[in-house]
Amino acid sequence: MTDLTDLTLAAALDGLKSKQFSSAEITGAFLQAMEKARILNAYVVETPEKAIEMAKASDARIAKGEGGRLEGAPLGIKDLYCTKGVRTTACSNILGEFTPTYESTVTQNLWDEGAVMLGKLNMDEFAMGSSNETSRFGPPINPWRRKGDNAGLTPGGSSGGSAAAVSGNLCLAATASDTGGSIRQPASFTGTVGIKPTYGRASRYGMVAFASSLDQAGPIAKTVDDSALLLEIMCSHDPRDSTSLKVETPDWRSQVRKGVKGMKIGIPKEYRIEGLSEEIEALWQQGIVWLKAAGAEIVEISLPHTKYALPAYYIVAPAEASSNLARYDGMRYGARVEGNNLTQTYEASRAGGFGKEVQRRLMIGTYVLSSGYYDAYYLRAQKVRTKIFQDFVDAFETCDAILTPACPSPAFAFGEKSGDPIEMYLNDVFTVTANLAGLPGIAVPAGLSASGLPLGLQVIGKALDESACFRVGGALEDAAGFVAKPDRWW
Amino acid sequence: MSERTPFRIKGETGDWEVVMGLEIHAQVASNAKLFSGASTTFGADPNCNVSLVDAAMPGMLPVINRFCVEQAIRTGLGLKAQINTYSRFDRKNYFYPDLPQGYQISQFAHPIVGEGEIEVDVEVPGKEDYSFPCRIERLHLEQDAGKSIHDMDPHATYVDLNRSGVALMEIVSKPDIRSPAEAAAYVKKLRAIVIALGTCDGDMEKGNLRADVNVSVCKPGQYEKFRETGDFSHLGTRCELKNMNSYRFIQQAIEYEARRQIEIIEGGGKVDQETRLFDPVKGETRSMRSKEDAHDYRYFPDPDLLPLEVEQAWIEEIRKSLPELPDQKRARFEKDYGLSRYDAGVLTSDADKAAFFEEAATGRDAKLTANWVTQELFGYLNKEGLELSQSPVSANALGGLIELISNDTISGKIAKDVFARMIAGEGEAAAIVEKHGLKQVTDTGAIEKVVDAIIAANPEQVAKVKDKPQTLGWFVGQVMKESGGKANPKAVNDILKAKLGI
Repeated sequence: MTDLTDLTLAAALDGLKSKQFSSAEITGAFLQAMEKARILNAYVVETPEKAIEMAKASDARIAKGEGGRLEGAPLGIKDLYCTKGVRTTACSNILGEFTPTYESTVTQNLWDEGAVMLGKLNMDEFAMGSSNETSRFGPPINPWRRKGDNAGLTPGGSSGGSAAAVSGNLCLAATASDTGGSIRQPASFTGTVGIKPTYGRASRYGMVAFASSLDQAGPIAKTVDDSALLLEIMCSHDPRDSTSLKVETPDWRSQVRKGVKGMKIGIPKEYRIEGLSEEIEALWQQGIVWLKAAGAEIVEISLPHTKYALPAYYIVAPAEASSNLARYDGMRYGARVEGNNLTQTYEASRAGGFGKEVQRRLMIGTYVLSSGYYDAYYLRAQKVRTKIFQDFVDAFETCDAILTPACPSPAFAFGEKSGDPIEMYLNDVFTVTANLAGLPGIAVPAGLSASGLPLGLQVIGKALDESACFRVGGALEDAAGFVAKPDRWW
Repeated sequence: MSERTPFRIKGETGDWEVVMGLEIHAQVASNAKLFSGASTTFGADPNCNVSLVDAAMPGMLPVINRFCVEQAIRTGLGLKAQINTYSRFDRKNYFYPDLPQGYQISQFAHPIVGEGEIEVDVEVPGKEDYSFPCRIERLHLEQDAGKSIHDMDPHATYVDLNRSGVALMEIVSKPDIRSPAEAAAYVKKLRAIVIALGTCDGDMEKGNLRADVNVSVCKPGQYEKFRETGDFSHLGTRCELKNMNSYRFIQQAIEYEARRQIEIIEGGGKVDQETRLFDPVKGETRSMRSKEDAHDYRYFPDPDLLPLEVEQAWIEEIRKSLPELPDQKRARFEKDYGLSRYDAGVLTSDADKAAFFEEAATGRDAKLTANWVTQELFGYLNKEGLELSQSPVSANALGGLIELISNDTISGKIAKDVFARMIAGEGEAAAIVEKHGLKQVTDTGAIEKVVDAIIAANPEQVAKVKDKPQTLGWFVGQVMKESGGKANPKAVNDILKAKLGI
């Protein structure tokens, strides 16, 4: 028998259902793999006891012929999700040893379907970052390495722990979250599949907030099919989140192998940004060729306000963050550094608790909301956001889905971009537009770079049309036949 | 009803007038908070009415309480105001330990209720009552903060989050209020309206209704220029008096503040725009914070909440369910019961009083009932410091007493005695009259006998009364004394006059 940790989520569920192996066995295999892979720093909390207990309960249900759609499947959970009785810090010092007394809706949905929790996954502090280097626990390491080079690479961010864990076979699949590309970029850096659904599909209840109007939950998985299954279960209408949409969750798995015959795929000319590497350009062209061959029609489209997306994003997201993170004041929970008076206690607690990148964004956010600057920055950025949304509405008049590269580069080494925030922010150039417009976007591995690293393509769909993302994503997956795995060097 | 005459304060350079706009914070009568399901019960142990949302735990999100929205709409309708079908919640950002989120959710740019108007009735001791229209600028919904307790420990501040997230309505008036008495009357009227609507319990002692008063002074004539042009530069710089929760203090604070501002201006100085607190012990206002150290609240739309859109049909449904408001009730009392505007006003100033009166007056002499309720009953309750709900005499029992007066069973004087016995718990009026034999003597034969005896026994008084008819009262007194107060006073008078020939 192959190593159980190599299985896809779908294959593992088949094996569990047909009793080829028990949940206790596959959970045990993952716990062992996690122990051996501690150098990857993917998990910031391991919950072996909880995992074994949940696995046993799953086995009991399977034995009785019962069980949910994820019965017995071991998953990793991004540390952004509040998990009852398990420390949740969003990888920030300011949350100290905070242990929620409540469960996020998304994770509760998973447990309700029988999933098993392996632990909490590393991430950039409060999901602010593109390399996972801002984590309080240090970054996770990408299982992938450049050909002939042992330098540690980033798995991307902010869901770097999720991507590293899925890619390194440390869980069947993982939850992640995406505010500006935090699911799609790490997926692209690790040869995994990641999808951010339409804003409002998944509940934000119990997710530590970064930027409320942009944050969305989503999975990182090994295949498009696995991501469809997991997303179906993560999404739900939740009366505890006022921005949660009152819509049915479709059967997305049935879309994955449906093919793209007759679909119109838009290629936005504005995404041919200056200085785009030939490698990425070639990958994009390859994607076009594959989809054409599969029967899709390719149309050139225009998204004229694309160049304003990144600046607008880096105003709106920090503005919301500056307010969302005000609750971390050392008064009720988390870390507190005493000063001589209230103001000093606030200052010391927040200066000590927040890392440099979070502090930078909180200052940017505070600045752009200040009286006298609000109109010039925040209000203007919101107007840009409306324009970008309208760009997509117009573009979708002539196409069913949009194909773009997921990222401007493959995974990079630690320290390579952390000195220059602007260069770091450019990682999000292809992904932020979907967040600003609230649209679904999927990243699918499509090839390897010259240095032997995975590269991903992105498919953006209309609002609530994740189906199109899964159809095109499935077609790309079939055409690419991406089977490469990182060498197990750890 | 008299005209509204300008309230003026004499300064060294001549007369001054005051201009005020009020912001009233009224706690929405609701069992749950504005964005969480936590209870709003007063008097719970500290930090017991706190949900995860109220404590701003990570990942917690606000969800609007539709009942609070309904209450705000109901109040807006009671203020004859525009109801906005689109409104929005903004975040007002500042740090304080009793503000767990680090921001207050409020409606800054788009309030749920727009412009309206109420009629304010003003009583000034020694002058005639009058009323004036006060325009309402807006009403919006917002969260209350928690409570910081500084005096439990010399080295620490304690925080109670029970109030955190409780729904408040902030009702903002236009600068239409022109004297301390008008300011108090405005609060009184608004309070009566929200109580009648059931949208706020109006309990000022618990802080469930409190007022911030914006005060400025100007020379006569300037205010009229402002009203013509809408240009605030005709008015003086204003100071805000925070958190006033007593009619008396509101008036004292305004008087003091207006004089303070006049003194500054007349001394060649400039009034600083600032927030001030009234110290009731010293009877003065002192600076709380100036404009310079005012916060930059960084308002922006709360991304956790959708804009609040309400259906016109829902507004109409609420409109249909509105109870009778104090003004409507007073007009009805004047018309249907023939009461004076003053009595109707007193009886409709609160729903309980009005209901009590109506029960007592049903099928009885309404004017007489109004007198008994406002003078005897309220007089007694006031003296004893009792609420109407604690009255030892029920509305119907009082009505029974009034019936006995109306049908001449007892005189008004005896009625007071009976009333005292009712308060003492002796039971119904009729039973008391029966038991103590207090029935009025209308048998003229019996009265005549007494009169004859008194005339016979007092020749000197008889001689005197012929010259001075006003001394008839002495005879009346003697007869009443002799009859134990039970003789019908009118009959006594008539018989005495006939027998004495005056």
